[in-house]
Amino acid sequence: MASNSVQPKPRLLSALDLTSVVLMLAATWMVFFYAPSAQPEAGGEAQRIFYFHVSTGWIGMAAFISAAVAGVVYLIRPNRKWDVFSVAAVEIGLVYSFINIATGSIWARPVWNTWWTWDPRLVTATVMQLTFLAYLLLRQSIEDPERRARFGAIYAILGSLTVPLTYLSIRIWRTIHPVVIGSGDPSAQGTFDMTPLMLQTLLFSLLAFTVFGLTLLWHRVRLGWLGEQVEQLRLKAMR
Amino acid sequence: MIEPYGAHSLAANMPRASAYLAVVGAIVRKDLAVEWRSRQLLASMLVFALLVILIFNFALELDAATRSELSAGVLWATFAFAGTLGLNRSMAMENDSRALDGLLLAPVDRSAIYFGKALANVSFMLLVALFTLPVYSILYNVDLFNAGLLLVLVLGAWGYSAIGTLLAAMAMQARSREVLLPVLLFPLLLPVLIAAVRASGFFLEGLALAYIWPSLNLLIVYAVTMPALGYMFFDFIVEE
Amino acid sequence: MIAARGLGKRFGYRLVLESVNLKVNPGELVVLLGPNGAGKSTLLRILASLSRPTFGEVEVAGSRFPQQAAAARAQIGFLGHKPMLHEDLSARQNLIFYASLYGVKRPDARIKELLNLFDLDPRRHEPVRTFSRGMQQRLAVARAMLHRPKVLLLDEPHSGLDREAITILDGLLRDLAKKGTTILLATHDLQVAQRLAQRVEVLAAGRLAASWRRRQLASRQFPSLYDRALRRAQLGGQHA
Repeated sequence: MASNSVQPKPRLLSALDLTSVVLMLAATWMVFFYAPSAQPEAGGEAQRIFYFHVSTGWIGMAAFISAAVAGVVYLIRPNRKWDVFSVAAVEIGLVYSFINIATGSIWARPVWNTWWTWDPRLVTATVMQLTFLAYLLLRQSIEDPERRARFGAIYAILGSLTVPLTYLSIRIWRTIHPVVIGSGDPSAQGTFDMTPLMLQTLLFSLLAFTVFGLTLLWHRVRLGWLGEQVEQLRLKAMR
Repeated sequence: MIEPYGAHSLAANMPRASAYLAVVGAIVRKDLAVEWRSRQLLASMLVFALLVILIFNFALELDAATRSELSAGVLWATFAFAGTLGLNRSMAMENDSRALDGLLLAPVDRSAIYFGKALANVSFMLLVALFTLPVYSILYNVDLFNAGLLLVLVLGAWGYSAIGTLLAAMAMQARSREVLLPVLLFPLLLPVLIAAVRASGFFLEGLALAYIWPSLNLLIVYAVTMPALGYMFFDFIVEE
Repeated sequence: MIAARGLGKRFGYRLVLESVNLKVNPGELVVLLGPNGAGKSTLLRILASLSRPTFGEVEVAGSRFPQQAAAARAQIGFLGHKPMLHEDLSARQNLIFYASLYGVKRPDARIKELLNLFDLDPRRHEPVRTFSRGMQQRLAVARAMLHRPKVLLLDEPHSGLDREAITILDGLLRDLAKKGTTILLATHDLQVAQRLAQRVEVLAAGRLAASWRRRQLASRQFPSLYDRALRRAQLGGQHA
């Protein structure tokens, strides 16, 4: 089987490593020193976690969706690289989503007076997390790599499609999740209007987390590809 | 003695659609026949369902005065768990002596196997419901002759079966399959469960259709999309 | 009726079949001879459309795979390693099920005919679970022939059969071949090849190693010729 041998770490990746660290540090500085603090109803100082919360939320979801898209591509044109990408994207997505849930919980404590509540968005986030954890468990239970890739692709697609349905299914309850961007119940606790400084901080945080995420993804894909090569060699040696 | 092969006895002459439906029907009949012979599955599903209802009843200290929505939750939680027994058994029976290969040899599109199995599974679920509902109605003083409730039951069971059959086919080919199936199934099942519980509760309380419609709508969407996904993906799951 | 060109199959990273070119014409009885693990079962499964080839093209009964696989299956009878029977159902119920899968016309008559031929009629209502290995095998062969297929793919059909059953099966196969059925039979047993084959294709280590006609099979040196072909194939494999 023709295989692309793993090259030594590309210079671009090293540059990205450095860039992400710099961007993350800068974003952190902005969050704490550049952005103004929000009104007390929105949590005051605790509100600063909002920037991390939103960034990781969107990127986590984007990671899951790209894993599903890679799954679609794999089913149409089976090539191991799509599978390696899928599993890497899911892992990154799980980490980011977990940070999203955790930061949300930290923010909720002072604002809603509770660590957790069964609000549609929270439930959906949890279910999404569980779904893609199940994805990893599914992969672990299958030995044949080709079947593992195929089933993983299908489950990632199914998972991505049911998440919006889950969200819709509980939207009939009134949400208490603060709405900062987009329509929703303005009387929800914790809502605030974003000042220009806040918006800049948010956008920069998004950028920093995206670059960081892509760097992690690249590393993970290389690791996965290396694993594939090892597996191939092992089986060749066994013949 | 042995007739030479003749075109008059080959399926090639059957129009495609009726061949497809014949296969679906044959699978449903076969699953019911197997169950009739051993009566293993239905008995265990039934006992399990009754036990779960009783456990919920005592653990949550529910009684006849319980709100419909809460008792509807108990009902659907019961079906959700009992359903996995049915799904496991249904796919496991095809593992014995590779009976699944026999199905795969049928001269029709592979999705016929999926629909046959899904219909058989939903039949089992509804049979279990048939026996569980009376117990439920006694415990929670519920009037069963509620067309809305029965509609939700059918839609919910069908959505469950549609996605469950697909995932069971996957889990059958993996290690620790009995544990894996619930893990794979429940996250994807949540929309149906939530909508079914809400709709059931509302129907039992006799609320206006305007309240119930969003949940019912979702149930319908689910009941239509899941079989469509099953149709698309089943082939990928059983192919070698 | 069977044509494979450049057929190859890979499981994970393991190459199980490589560059298989095989042609079997109507009325031919070809034996696929090879040691265990050579890939015979995999090849048969690919030809039966149960498995998808990684490389190459397959055409059976005039239909190309995978586009027209469903149509081809109507003309294919397959017997694998496992009997593909439902153990809880009776012999007759199993055959009724498969008859409806294939759309066999006048199934009762055909089923009766086969049950009589394989001496299973007295126990036709008993669950297959109670059958001996030999009986299950006979029923499995009956199942493979139920729909009068034009192509028969048989994987070790004689295994588990007693002398009398073997004689009946041999006679049946010769008869079918004479009437135009295409038969490909896989076995590791040289004697089966010598008894039945009009042509032998040797499969070893995933490749076709030799091809012999009936005349060459009768010679005394056939077993050692076979051994030599196998050794050559193993050596060839090591250079991969």
